[in-house]
Formats: sequence, structure tokens, C-alpha cells
Amino acid sequence: MLIKKPRNIKSSDITPESVYLNRRKLLQAAGLSGTAALLPQVTRAADIPARYRKLEGIIKSPYSTSQEPNPFEDVSTYNNFYEFGTNKSDPVDNSGNFKPQPWSVTIDGAAEVTGTFSFEDIMAPHTLEERTYRLRCVEAWSMVVPWVGIPLGDLLKRFKPTSNAKYVAFETIVRPSEMPGQHRPILDWPYREGLRIDEAMHPLTILATGLYGVELPNQNGAPLRLVVPWKYGFKSIKSIVRISFTETMPYTSWSDALPGEYGFYANVNPEVDHPRWSQARERPIGAGFFASKIPTLMLNGYAEQVAGLYTGMDLAKNF
Amino acid sequence: MNFPTTRQVRWLIKPVWFLACLAPFVWLTLAVFGLAGLSLGADPIEETQDFIGIWALRLLLVTLALTPLRLLTGQVWLIQLRRMTGLYVLFYVSIHFLNYLIPDQGLDLGAITEDIVERSFITLGIAALTCLIVLGITSTHGWRRRLGRRWQKLHRLVYAIGILACTHFWWQVKLDTLEPTIYAGILAVLLGVRVYFRLIKNRKAQQS
Repeated sequence: MLIKKPRNIKSSDITPESVYLNRRKLLQAAGLSGTAALLPQVTRAADIPARYRKLEGIIKSPYSTSQEPNPFEDVSTYNNFYEFGTNKSDPVDNSGNFKPQPWSVTIDGAAEVTGTFSFEDIMAPHTLEERTYRLRCVEAWSMVVPWVGIPLGDLLKRFKPTSNAKYVAFETIVRPSEMPGQHRPILDWPYREGLRIDEAMHPLTILATGLYGVELPNQNGAPLRLVVPWKYGFKSIKSIVRISFTETMPYTSWSDALPGEYGFYANVNPEVDHPRWSQARERPIGAGFFASKIPTLMLNGYAEQVAGLYTGMDLAKNF
Repeated sequence: MNFPTTRQVRWLIKPVWFLACLAPFVWLTLAVFGLAGLSLGADPIEETQDFIGIWALRLLLVTLALTPLRLLTGQVWLIQLRRMTGLYVLFYVSIHFLNYLIPDQGLDLGAITEDIVERSFITLGIAALTCLIVLGITSTHGWRRRLGRRWQKLHRLVYAIGILACTHFWWQVKLDTLEPTIYAGILAVLLGVRVYFRLIKNRKAQQS
């Protein structure tokens, strides 16, 4: 398979120059250049709390975007992780008691090697890569996150999936004592997600164990989560304890809860609106009060690499 | 039970009430500018929208609670807070609307029109705002006098506004409907009390 390198989208391609110039003018005029909510910020190493363990031996990846990532503060305080509550600040507020260590993952289904493996055994043979990806939420906001992880396909191949493995299913841990959101049946716990096997094997798809060079904060899906950058964020399941190779399309939580609103594929697509809001544009998080929405790109800007997976499919039907 | 005097209502209760209703606006202003340790977080536009929207709904329910409270306690002066509270609802809903129009949509008329036509919860929001503006304009003594008996009828629109607002909230929630359910429940109680008092009144009228 020919893997194309990403077309680098500069931030200036996304936020029109007139917009950010206007923003600066407005701020200067108002004399507000130091105020909190109004200005974008950049994260330096010193901004990352020391309690997060640094990850060693991370290599750069050509798949990373050159866009400026959102500050650590945004990435770690603005989260959808319903296991800890449904507000954006709930995950950071309520995940303090969650224990991502020790951790093990069960691999089962249509593969030659199956069983339960410790987190350390799962990760041992792989080299960590930094993958700075755009993240587009189905709620029409977006961020840029410098993930650290491994290609999911490299990991899956170690378990030698058989020819019956048409899909890969993922499951989040159920631990209501540490995840207060699981006391209420908002979704049918455990949270479950799935990919077609070719999507799972695609080199852009990663299992992340960190961000900003440190281990994943609990609220971001510690210790192990999926990242599929061309799909809406809810596909990128967090705190994974089970990976199953299946022959049939697996159960997925959101499409089960609201089948008219969320589909199995959930590919970012500006032309297919959510029934209750438009997906044509998105709000970049962290750009402050004067940031306009920006146009959403087909497959979140990764069309060149992944559009081939969906040749001949009606994406409005298979949303 | 003691009743406050007219002077107490005018010079003490109303000013205190005015400041209390202003508190969410003060909080928002401080948070926008990052003052007093307050912040709107990573998505200030959405945080503003949710914060000011929920306070508009809360004050709307307070407005609707004043009449039942009066009927239950006999404290007639409570009615004197009704107009001010209602105008605060209009004030907060206007901020809610302007925040949607300018920071959120960047005054993109195409997108706004599409939203109003295609997205039911926004259609309802616009309808509620329109009704609120009508009630706001006609809330003066002059309009009250001019409209006479029709004024009371017109201002029953506030019940429709309550229903529109609760549905607007319900429909924009992604999945967790607990919060909108609570607000809708409170609205149902407030409207139910009115129906109850009306029935009692009718029965008394029949008996006498």
C-alpha cells in the first residue's frame, strides 16, 4: 500500500489572516493583551505538572501536523469522558482516584495469540512515537494534541489475526468506585467502540499512552487509549481493557444510544450534518473569544491518506 | 405574618433583589477578563453560552414562582419583584443571543439562517426571545394602561416562554437529560400550582 505523507496544513490556512489580525487589533485597542480568556496560549515544558511521568525514547513521526498544539491546560481540562461525568470539567475534577496501574488488556477473538497481558508486556516491543494530530469532536469543536503512542496495526499484527478478523472491537474498563459517572446508566457501560480491520491497521491509527511527552493524565484515557484522527473524537475510546477481533460489526456505544445521530463509521465529514447541528464548521478550542469558527475539512484533513478506505461507499448513509 | 412596608420594599428589598439578579452578570464579566481568579476555561464562548443561558432559565422560573408564592403565603409585595426579574431574563437571554450571533457564529448570516430554519432547538430559542422582547416592551406602566385587560392576556405568554425555554434546553443536550428534566419538572410544578388555584377559585365561585 502506498502511504502518502500528510499534506501539511499551516495554521494560517485554517484561521484566516484577517481574523487573527483583527483579533490582535481589537485586543490592542481594548488594552487587554494580558487577559486570560481572550488570548491563545502556548505550552512549555514547565507548564506540565511534575506528577506526570516523562516518557523516554520518543521518536518524531512524519504523520504529525505542523500546526501548533493546544496548551496542556486545554488538553487536560476540556474533556468528554462520561465515565467521570458529562461536563467538560468533570473528567479532570473526578478522575483523581482512578488507578491506571497496574493494568492489563485482554486480547481475544479471531486471532492465533489471545490472552490477558500486562500493560508493560503489551508495550515492550514498540517504539513510542509523537503524533501531533487534529482532534475533531462531534460537538463541532476541535483541538490539536501532541499524542505519544504506537501504531495500532503494529500491535495487532503480534496477535496474528485470522482471516475471520473483519473488525476490531474495544472496551473501556468498568470501575464505578473510581469512575463516578458509571453510577448512572447514561451509556450502557462498558463504553465500547470498534473499527473495520483495515481502519485499525491504517498507519494513522494509534494507541496512545501519553501526550506532551508525559504519560496520559487520567482524564485523557490513561493508561491506554485509541486515537483515530479522521473520525469524530468519540471513536477514540479511552482506558482500554479489551481488544477483540470479530467477524461481524461490533456494538458501539454511541450508535446504540442514539442510532439516528451517531453511526459506526463517524468519519469527520463537513457535508453530513448531525441532525441537531451543522458539521460544516468547527470552533478551535483555545483561540479565545474573538476566534471565528473554521471550516471543517473532509476526514478532518486526512482525506489524502484515508479516503481510499471508503471508495464506493455512500458516506451520507454510512455516517 | 408580618408584611414589609411599601418603603421597605422600595428602598431595601428591591435594591437588594436588583443586585442579587445582577450577580451572574458580574461573575461573567470577571471571568471574561480573568479577574478575581475566575476563568471561562478552554472554550469561553460555549461556557458563556451555557452559563448565561442557565441563569436566564433560573430567573425565568423565579419569575414564575412569585405568583404561586404570593398565593401560598399571602405576601402580596412579592408581585412587585416580578417585572424586574422578568426584565433580567430578557437581559440574560439577549446576552445569550448576542454571544451566539457574534463570537459563536461570527455574524455569518448564511449559517445563522440555516440554524434558525433547520435546527429545532434554535428555532425555539428565537421564538422565546421574540416573545420576551414583546413582554419587555409592554412591561411599562404606560403600556399596561393602554392595553387594559388585554395586558394580562398578553403577559400569559410567559407560560409559553417557559415551555419553549425548557424544550430548547432539552433538545440541545447530547445524551444526559437529567438537568433539563429537573428544570422541566420545576416548570411543571409552577404551572400546575396555577391550575390548582384556578380550580379552587372556580369551585368557590360555583358554591357561592
